[in-house]
Amino acid sequence: MGNGYVAPAIVAVTLITIGIGFYGLRLARTTSDFLVASRAVSPTWNAAAIGGEYLSAASFLGVAGLILKHGVDVLWYPVGFAAGYLALLLFVAAPLRRSGAFTLPDFCELRLGSRRLRTLATAFVIFIGWLYLVPQLQGAGLTMATLTGSPYPLGALLVAAVVTANVALGGMRAITFVQAFQYWLKLTALAVPAIFLVLQWQADARPAVTPPEGPTFRTATTVVVDHPATLTLPDGQLRQVRPGDELTFAAGQPVPDVAGAATDPADWLLPSTGADEQGLFTTYSLIIATFLGTMGLPHVLARFYTNPDGAAARRSTLVVLALVGAFYLLPTVYGALGRIYTPHLLLTGETDAVVLLLPGAALGAGTTGRLLAALVAAGAFAAFLSTSSGLLTSVAGVISTDVLGRGSVRGFRLATVLAGSVPTVFALNVSGLEVSQVVGLAFAVAASSFCPLLVLGIWWRGLTARGAAVGVLVGGGAAAGAVLVTVLGPPLTGWPAALLAQPAAWTVPLAFTVMVAVSTATRRRVPTDVGTTMLRLHAPEALR
Amino acid sequence: MIAADDRVSARTRIVLAEVVRRESDSEHPRTEHPRTELAEQTRVGEALVRGLVRAQLSLALRLWLVVAVGLGGLPWLFAIAPSVSRITVLGVHLPWVLLGVLSFPFLVLVGWAYVRLAERNEQDFTDLIQRPER
Repeated sequence: MGNGYVAPAIVAVTLITIGIGFYGLRLARTTSDFLVASRAVSPTWNAAAIGGEYLSAASFLGVAGLILKHGVDVLWYPVGFAAGYLALLLFVAAPLRRSGAFTLPDFCELRLGSRRLRTLATAFVIFIGWLYLVPQLQGAGLTMATLTGSPYPLGALLVAAVVTANVALGGMRAITFVQAFQYWLKLTALAVPAIFLVLQWQADARPAVTPPEGPTFRTATTVVVDHPATLTLPDGQLRQVRPGDELTFAAGQPVPDVAGAATDPADWLLPSTGADEQGLFTTYSLIIATFLGTMGLPHVLARFYTNPDGAAARRSTLVVLALVGAFYLLPTVYGALGRIYTPHLLLTGETDAVVLLLPGAALGAGTTGRLLAALVAAGAFAAFLSTSSGLLTSVAGVISTDVLGRGSVRGFRLATVLAGSVPTVFALNVSGLEVSQVVGLAFAVAASSFCPLLVLGIWWRGLTARGAAVGVLVGGGAAAGAVLVTVLGPPLTGWPAALLAQPAAWTVPLAFTVMVAVSTATRRRVPTDVGTTMLRLHAPEALR
Repeated sequence: MIAADDRVSARTRIVLAEVVRRESDSEHPRTEHPRTELAEQTRVGEALVRGLVRAQLSLALRLWLVVAVGLGGLPWLFAIAPSVSRITVLGVHLPWVLLGVLSFPFLVLVGWAYVRLAERNEQDFTDLIQRPER
């Protein structure tokens, strides 16, 4: 696309990531250093690192793209992604840190003393981790392809290789510094261009985000079609387009309706109404998945062990909530201004690219526009690198301790290569999935498996290993099944589609109910040391 | 999950009274005792921990309810009263202001309140355990 600043920006982010990784390597000496950064990271650094790790491709690119396409209803994604940290703070943060567990499987064994439950938790950590890694690598491939015109596999392979090498060589100690740096980079990379974009919008005499006649092209635009689609032209005619077709529009011409995108201004601007029961169900299901799913994401939990104690875990979670919330103010600006400056993305369906293309489209091909486009590209790469690093660290952590069965540094390195190659293979072969859709499904699985396990494990003495295992299998299994049907199965319509595409509203209550019912039925198997465990989870540090 | 702990609620205070009585009789230096009770999982110690867990859980659930009503009620409100969605603030429709901007400070505020109150619960518990002899 002829922006000479993009490639250097991406290379710089990658080199800095590797550089900080090697700086950390000099400090990493023991297995404990590798896995949990020796628990010697300050709360502010740790909070920035948690935020940096959490804000993935879905947050950086996907949220703005969804807002561009669907409007106000999808604002629940950023709200839910942030609210997940509140749930984590309220129900999990301090007790989990006080438990002293390294990973989720560790917590299972510590609380319920069951090796079989531990194995089951390991399987779910790996499943969720991989499910979340694939869209990160895909996002990297798409970004490189959009910005530099390189083939799709190059970006995916580049990120996979850098992250695998960095995690294998430096472990989490290095990653903590990398992640903290990347949070601030991501915030800057969205905030600075956003300021320029809003100023440009002012200078253009504030064109309406939702003109009554629908989105229009501001400049003469030629669109090359990638996917077959049916367009509704302004005069009401239907037109079938095939991949490779070129459509030319003059300035001021309205954008044709595309099935699936909210081109009607009222649909985009106003929430779904009571008449749309499926829409309401989907919204609530999304809220449940994101509010409760965050606590079950393996890479999020792994971070909590780097806090020195329970009180610090609570405080750093609060800081994370503020950092993440500040970040999520920005994608809405891109989504809304995208309606004005990049309406052709509605036509091509590549709405995930809005954050990358908007600076160039709004500010023109001058130096400012190109520099800002490069900054955004750098931020996007920071997003892929940081989230993938965190996921890979956790997946590799459980593979090295639970599957390979040795806690050595060498075992961890081997596990990292293993954990990194599987999602890379998937990402290279499945390019048709939407980034935010897959991420949403990962949240649903986490909310239906680990959320009930953690909440009941921390607050209810009556939980038994059998109850936990059956609950995780039924709830998590149902959610995972819904994911597989949605991604691989035949296209569905109506209620079955809504129930499977956003399963959390029924799988989360199901998991809680089954866990409580089976635990109550196996009451005699409640661990005898549950009192000691509860004391350990909840006693303030002052009494230790 | 709350019901399981209910049966101790009435007992807690009586047990604590026992602690105080017994310890004022004891000739041992004061502060050691309740800690041992905690560590050795006597009935007294267990009841103390149950009390703390109940206090922390009810705090978390109450604040969660605030969020569930404050944010979770919005889709329902927009659905039954579409006219609310048409209100504009400085030219921006209300749902965009509430979700896109105000929800984030609201979440931080609830989180901040939780951290303060949870630490106060823990301080009360610590004071109870380490109360100097009367």
